[in-house]
Amino acid sequence: MRSSVACMIELEGLTKRYGGKLAVDNLTFTVRPGVVTGFLGPNGAGKSTTMRMMLGLDRPTAGDVRIDGRHYDRLTDPLKYIGALLDAKAVHGGRSAHNHLLCLAQSNGIPARRVHEVLDAVGLTAVARKKAKGFSYGMGQRLGIAAALLGDPQILMFDEPVNGLDPEGIHWIRHLMKSLAAQGRTVFVSSHLMSEMALTADHLVVIGQGRLLADTSMAGFIAQNSRSYVRIRTPQRERLLDVLHEAGITAVESGSGVLEIDGGKPERIGELAAQHHIVLHELSPQQASLEEAFMQLTAESVEYHAHTDTPARPWGADWQKGD
Amino acid sequence: MAATQVIRSEWTKIRSVASTVWTLSLAVVVTLALSMLISALSANEFDKLNAQDRSDFDPTFISFAGMTLGQLAMIVFGVLVVSNEYSSGMIRTSLAAVPQRGTFLFSKVAVATGLALVVGMATSFAAFFLGQAMLGEHRAQLGDTGVLRAVVGGGLYMTLIAMFSMGVAAMLRSPMLGLGILMPFFFLISNILGNVDATRKVGRFLPDQAGSRIMQVVTPVGDDTPYGPWGGLGIMALWVIAALGGGYALLKRRDA
Amino acid sequence: MIEAVGLTKRYGDKTAVYNLSFQVRPGAVTGFLGPNGSGKSTTMRMILGLDNPTAGTVTIGGHPYRRLPNAPRQVGALLDAKAVHGGRSARNHLLSLAQLSGIPARRVDEVLGVVGLQDVAKKRSKGFSLGMGQRLGIAAALLGDPQVLLFDEPVNGLDPEGILWVRNLMKALAAEGRTVFVSSHLMSEMALTADHLIVIGRGQLLADMSITDFISANSADFARVRTPDSDPQLREKLSSALTEAGGRVLPEQDGALRIMGLPLPRISDIAHDAGVRLWELSPHQASLEEAYMRMTQGAVDYRSTIDQKSGLQQPLPPGAQPPMPVPGQGQPGWYAPPPPQAGGQPPTVPQGPYGAPAGASPAGPAAGQPNPYAQAPAAPQQPAAPAPAAPPAGGAPAPAPQTAPQPAAEPKSEDAR
Repeated sequence: MRSSVACMIELEGLTKRYGGKLAVDNLTFTVRPGVVTGFLGPNGAGKSTTMRMMLGLDRPTAGDVRIDGRHYDRLTDPLKYIGALLDAKAVHGGRSAHNHLLCLAQSNGIPARRVHEVLDAVGLTAVARKKAKGFSYGMGQRLGIAAALLGDPQILMFDEPVNGLDPEGIHWIRHLMKSLAAQGRTVFVSSHLMSEMALTADHLVVIGQGRLLADTSMAGFIAQNSRSYVRIRTPQRERLLDVLHEAGITAVESGSGVLEIDGGKPERIGELAAQHHIVLHELSPQQASLEEAFMQLTAESVEYHAHTDTPARPWGADWQKGD
Repeated sequence: MAATQVIRSEWTKIRSVASTVWTLSLAVVVTLALSMLISALSANEFDKLNAQDRSDFDPTFISFAGMTLGQLAMIVFGVLVVSNEYSSGMIRTSLAAVPQRGTFLFSKVAVATGLALVVGMATSFAAFFLGQAMLGEHRAQLGDTGVLRAVVGGGLYMTLIAMFSMGVAAMLRSPMLGLGILMPFFFLISNILGNVDATRKVGRFLPDQAGSRIMQVVTPVGDDTPYGPWGGLGIMALWVIAALGGGYALLKRRDA
Repeated sequence: MIEAVGLTKRYGDKTAVYNLSFQVRPGAVTGFLGPNGSGKSTTMRMILGLDNPTAGTVTIGGHPYRRLPNAPRQVGALLDAKAVHGGRSARNHLLSLAQLSGIPARRVDEVLGVVGLQDVAKKRSKGFSLGMGQRLGIAAALLGDPQVLLFDEPVNGLDPEGILWVRNLMKALAAEGRTVFVSSHLMSEMALTADHLIVIGRGQLLADMSITDFISANSADFARVRTPDSDPQLREKLSSALTEAGGRVLPEQDGALRIMGLPLPRISDIAHDAGVRLWELSPHQASLEEAYMRMTQGAVDYRSTIDQKSGLQQPLPPGAQPPMPVPGQGQPGWYAPPPPQAGGQPPTVPQGPYGAPAGASPAGPAAGQPNPYAQAPAAPQQPAAPAPAAPPAGGAPAPAPQTAPQPAAEPKSEDAR
């Protein structure tokens, strides 16, 4: 029943203009099933606009988004194809969590018992009959996640899902997203939290000023945008240095007996050490954090060149010296 | 997407918010209370009226006097049903679930209209019977010529007012804006336009003035209104169609 | 220095905070952690004199907040980003605060510049995004150039650059010898920011120690070892040799081994003796999150069900591996029982999922929360600080191996499958 484009979100030349401002500029990428795809970009980069266009909420100025090969508004019962958490507070405050989900379920012909299932899944069963306006931000977020899961869709989209959640909730949503992807679903998630994204996403789509900056695997992204090296500790430092030198590998000492080899392959070094019977106490490939890689990439985009001046010191201002 | 699914969903939405209950009950209570009061007062005043006023005396219409105020609650109902979606942000969730915006809007309007019709009819009949009870010897009978038409028309009038408000709210989106425009319009401006000679000819084509014609059984002497009771209701219906059409056109075009 | 002694707060018969004693010292960023409803906000409010303790005291520099002479010049706090009159401009908001405590107007422009809001200083704060509101709140906290700073969830709504900026700001403030007390739910962020941790659960103190001690006390370090891909037998051989030597060996999804209970040199020796070449031998420390999860297990007021997919669960796709029993990860049910001090036995503390103490009642932050996704097209945020390509910060977890791209030393993804 599903074609080769099953479960994918395909963007082609997607463009959105608000008045004179280009919010999204000719975006082309595909979100694939089986992995968690992270969607990154600075504030105002057009992430939310893109996500709204994916859901048929905003009309593209030009270009196309297809869900499962079709335009969003051609989907029958769209919640069964794609579930989205866009805005945790997109709920009528006077309605109970249960009724909120029930009306969504009914509109897509989803049985009412599924409402109980998803409420249970997100841990809101105890407050199912309470009005949503009494919910904390984190609870609203859980309700939004419940709505996304409602149709048991193959594609899921989350905009800043960990906002307002406590560590337990963050841990839970991360594993939920990973297990949804592991089941072969398409998971598309935006976040500002690089450290969180690093733990969750397998693939990254990065935009800046509405344009595509990167569409690559997490590992590839970090490798491309930052330094990677191999860290080595050994009791036979001198011998190893000789061996490395012979092999044409440059090692740098970085204090306390640690050697660093830029861009080195740990496999190669391990083999060399074994050949020469050198004992290694550490042989670890090191990479920069996603955050560093992200900053590196976005610093190169025009928008961020404006702020290279050092900021005023936030404290110790001279006005205080007077009194 | 089966429209029945969406209608069921909209029914869940409408019954699960408190504003539905309070606006509709307010419409009933206000209409009935005011109608009874004015009917009772009119019964007392009858003897003091001159001949012409006595011949214009319309017991049926008097028993609907409370609708001037009761319709405001209907306006609030109509506005909130639609603009709640916007003020709460629910609209994005709703449109993601039902991307066919026409289906979405008209299912919502259909459900709210159905509810308004039931409540409006019940209110109209209750206002008539209670009002007539207050009028005592001056009362009209349901079987009198034109009376049943007026009572049914009263229910339709309340329903159309609510529908008109839904259309306007769909265009304006903000509940504050919707209420801020509609309430003074129906409570003040329409009355003023209808009572000032210079503007009366225009004023009587406004939705409430044209629509309320159907509730009159006795046509006042010297009345030159160019339309009859059903004609008036038709004019009101045209307003409703225009408002809903505008709301639909904007909803379809706009980013949510 | 902030000092709490026997701090207790009851709301009716609910105990939100129970007998809490701790010190927040100057010169370090102290993280304040705890599950939702554990009494963090209540504690913060008591520190700032907004709530009165039922028992005990909390002082700043030796005085209760309300008796501090010119408190705004000594203590700055970011509690709720949106505690601003929406109709007022950012500048006027700060100006009114400045005038209250005799701070000259030019300091207002200074802090606006620091947080990068100078371009929108005249705009009404109603139109601000959550991130901009947050920046305004930080500006207000910095206004009096205080020695003591409190931040409640400071990175909420900020974009990556803003997050980096706030982190560097807090570190810089601490480096100047100020007292910086910051609460957050983002463990990975906290791991990069805080030097010291205070953890509470159900209103009671669970831990008060340095972040490195906290992690080692609450989780196990391990080593990751990779053997040549070409020769799967080597892996088996090493695995059995390590097990024999008393190590615990678990497979990782990419074919590496995770070894617990043996130091790296010992593993190296064993591999050498067994004639196994190593392609990787890297030390790993568990993440702060993992350590935190272990400690607060049993003190969490509010949790989701373990299986979030009844009706969703599908057979695993062919080729997918079943979840691996990796400590501290994946299955919430796996966690070790809470350490003795984490028992959280105050008799009056509610147990139900919604019996959260009133100080952090679910109703709290809901109302008036702005749409965090709102972008303010007319007023893009001006990041205050340039984005230095910061090297991993002092307390940063060890970077991860090449084969697994995640930078934090979190034992990661594999087990979710």
